[in-house]
Amino acid sequence: MQLPDAEQLLERLAAAIRPDLQPDTCLVGIHTGGVWVARRLHALLGLSTPLGSVHVAFYRDDYKTKGLAAGVRPSELSFDVEDSHIVLVDDVLYTGRTIRAAMNEIFDYGRPTSIRLAALVDRGERQLPICPQYVGAMLTVARDQVVQLRRDEATGRLRLELLAREGGR
Amino acid sequence: MTGNPQLTADGRLRHLLSIEGLPAEILVQILDTARSFVSVTEREVKKVPLLRGRSIFNLFFEPSTRTRTTFEIAAKRLSADVINLNIATSSQTKGETLLDTVANLTAMNADMFVVRHAESGAPHLIARHVGPHIHVVNAGDGRHAHPTQALLDMYTIRHYKGGFDQLRVAIVGDVLHSRVARSEIHALTTLGVPEVRVIGPRTLIPAQVERLGVRVYHDMAQGLRDVDVVMMLRLQNERMDGALLPSAQEYFNHYGLTAAKLALARPDAIVMHPGPMNRGIEIESSVADGAQSVILPQVTFGIAVRMAVMSILAGNQG
Amino acid sequence: MKLLIRNGTAIDPHAGSERRADIAVAQGRIVAVGQAPEGFRADHTLDATGLHVCPGLVDLCARVAGSAGEARAAAAGGVTSAVCPPDTDPPLDEPGLVERLIVSARGFDGPQLHPLGALTQGLAGERLSEMAELRAAGCVGFGQGDAPLRDHRVLQRALQYAATFDLGVWLRPQDRALAAGGVAHDGEVASRLGLPGIPVSAETVAIASILILARETGARVHLCRLSSAEGVALVRAARRDGLAISCDVAAAHVHLTEMDIGYFDARCNLVPPLRAQRDRDALRAGLADGTIDAICSDHIALAADAKEMPFGEAVPGASAVELLLSLVVKWAREAALTLPAALAAVTARPAAAARLAAGSLQPGAPADLCVFDADAWWRVDDAALQSGGKSTPFQGVELPARVRHTLVGGRLVHSAR
Repeated sequence: MQLPDAEQLLERLAAAIRPDLQPDTCLVGIHTGGVWVARRLHALLGLSTPLGSVHVAFYRDDYKTKGLAAGVRPSELSFDVEDSHIVLVDDVLYTGRTIRAAMNEIFDYGRPTSIRLAALVDRGERQLPICPQYVGAMLTVARDQVVQLRRDEATGRLRLELLAREGGR
Repeated sequence: MTGNPQLTADGRLRHLLSIEGLPAEILVQILDTARSFVSVTEREVKKVPLLRGRSIFNLFFEPSTRTRTTFEIAAKRLSADVINLNIATSSQTKGETLLDTVANLTAMNADMFVVRHAESGAPHLIARHVGPHIHVVNAGDGRHAHPTQALLDMYTIRHYKGGFDQLRVAIVGDVLHSRVARSEIHALTTLGVPEVRVIGPRTLIPAQVERLGVRVYHDMAQGLRDVDVVMMLRLQNERMDGALLPSAQEYFNHYGLTAAKLALARPDAIVMHPGPMNRGIEIESSVADGAQSVILPQVTFGIAVRMAVMSILAGNQG
Repeated sequence: MKLLIRNGTAIDPHAGSERRADIAVAQGRIVAVGQAPEGFRADHTLDATGLHVCPGLVDLCARVAGSAGEARAAAAGGVTSAVCPPDTDPPLDEPGLVERLIVSARGFDGPQLHPLGALTQGLAGERLSEMAELRAAGCVGFGQGDAPLRDHRVLQRALQYAATFDLGVWLRPQDRALAAGGVAHDGEVASRLGLPGIPVSAETVAIASILILARETGARVHLCRLSSAEGVALVRAARRDGLAISCDVAAAHVHLTEMDIGYFDARCNLVPPLRAQRDRDALRAGLADGTIDAICSDHIALAADAKEMPFGEAVPGASAVELLLSLVVKWAREAALTLPAALAAVTARPAAAARLAAGSLQPGAPADLCVFDADAWWRVDDAALQSGGKSTPFQGVELPARVRHTLVGGRLVHSAR
């Protein structure tokens, strides 16, 4: 299966977001891929507001079965979330559970005026009533496969990869 | 007896009973997770929903308001329900009470026991008798171990020194009776500190402590030379009764940390103490409150480290 | 009644011999080993094909007094003479108590009981007990169990008085103050686990005092349960100097060290504490060169919950009387000793130390016999033990040698299955 070029999707996503930007709109990426995408969008859109990041480990709904993953990183929301306009950025939108977790975490920092959702790729199959405002591309992928975003350490360029799902513990 | 009783069959942390025998990766995972919890405690809402609906029992067979409070705050910030039990022990029925109490609380659907006990090994005993879904955290047992204190000390060292593999660390005082010292020694050596020293009079240094991977000094001036971290231990007053020490004054003269002695360490050395401090006995006030002291940050990090331990344990089933 | 034990391999620890021989028993005594006397007609025969026959074991410390169940356990362990320490409840400081114990033991399927009397009244360590009366009642020696004497003055006088009547004094050498509060050997493991330590000096200081006073008073002293290399060295030197002194070691200490405590395994909470590897090696060397006379079980049947406590609060001791033979055979294999040489440490040598007419296959000796299968391996678990006490550091361990039959005075008191 031919995967779309992540760099092109970034451009498309930036173009979709640009008309809706408020002067105080803040991007918040979801660890790890969402942060990469948000950082690139932040540059492409020429934003001067702080770039936020959330790591949703403490809000995940599969903690009971999977436990706490290693490599938890702190969330960074260095702007005042109260009354802010947020665009939440993820790399691959799937069940919507990560987005719920991220929104719960954001609300523990304050009450934003609005949150919009941007995803580089939407593979459908939502399990929660969550709908993105900005999507780079729709993608239909078999359930036993995972779409993963990769980042070239040297150039910062992004690309998509299709992997077989690991037998989760 | 086979295997490490703290780990699940696939090597994840099931109980935290001791630092001994834990791989460095698990210690690092706890420190990394704690870092995220430090940022949680700086937010407007200092709470995460991870342990919602879980019941954590603080079983304190030996009173300690201070330690119990930090565990209680940590558990509440993880949204757990916390039940505090201060269990007075009569010497005759101690053992019975211990396992009976555990059986009763298990029947109340406890998910985790945080145990403080005057006897070394009591948390191991409890861990052997709890059901498979219950986790045990050692909050200090006899002279044996105080793993969460050691972990918060490691967090503090990493915070100020960036890592472990270039450090010289001195632990000063009553090592013989100190569960904190034993856990610190294991944590430091596991995390790769190349030189761990213990400093104290011969009456307060345990037999064959070198086997734990430390160098023993009886002269504090020699022992402090060029160290990066000075970890002071609390001296209990009753040590004077057992003919271990002549007086607090003589102890302070030889093993108390003063500005002059601290000057022998590296200029950027940090000073730590597990608290509560005896000012003027093991540490001079000007040092305890001085620029090199990180004693108060230790307390702050303690809550995040305990949150990390509890959230990692509660997530590791089976 | 006449009995012939046929086709077994007879082990005579006195002679150091091991040979295929029938054993003829009549009127409770051994009549012949090898050729039965002319005209001997057995009423019963016991087939010992493939099995060994040795003198019944003489256990210098087994708390089996007053219990039919523990007496059976001792018999199942091949023990035919059991020396019982005086720290019963109440302590054995009155002749009536001693007589009652001995009489009750005759009604059990168990070993001959040889009580030690209390050295001091109530084991309180202050006033001497009526030792001569107690001997008349059947005490084979006098001791304090693990209870301390008030001071060296009491020890000196107890030894003087005992020497007057040529009574043996059995002492477990431990300085009370040096051992105070300790629960494990003061070494690497205690330091690691934060267990209060018992230093070797707690044993050696006591041995040195006892040796000095034994020499001064001329008393006949038996030291119970050595645990340290330095202790063995002190006894070796004293024996070389001609002092009449004997000593024993517990079977667990011949095999285990402080390392076996692992993560607070309370089954390894023993008195004296398990010490370092070099101490265990020295105990073995002491057994091999005769410095140590005997291996005893130091058996105690503890209630099930006695070990369900933190290490330091657990009741010390272990169920051991049924493991004694196996642990001696295991030691023999590990130390490349012959069975007669190893078994002497649980037969002839303890019998001599306690001055008991036991531990021998000589014609005329009481027919106290142990018939065992040296090559039968068994697993130590609750079901395998007859004793009411199930706690032992060897739980789950496979051991060699299983007792098949035990005879006391020619009477079969135990037969496996």
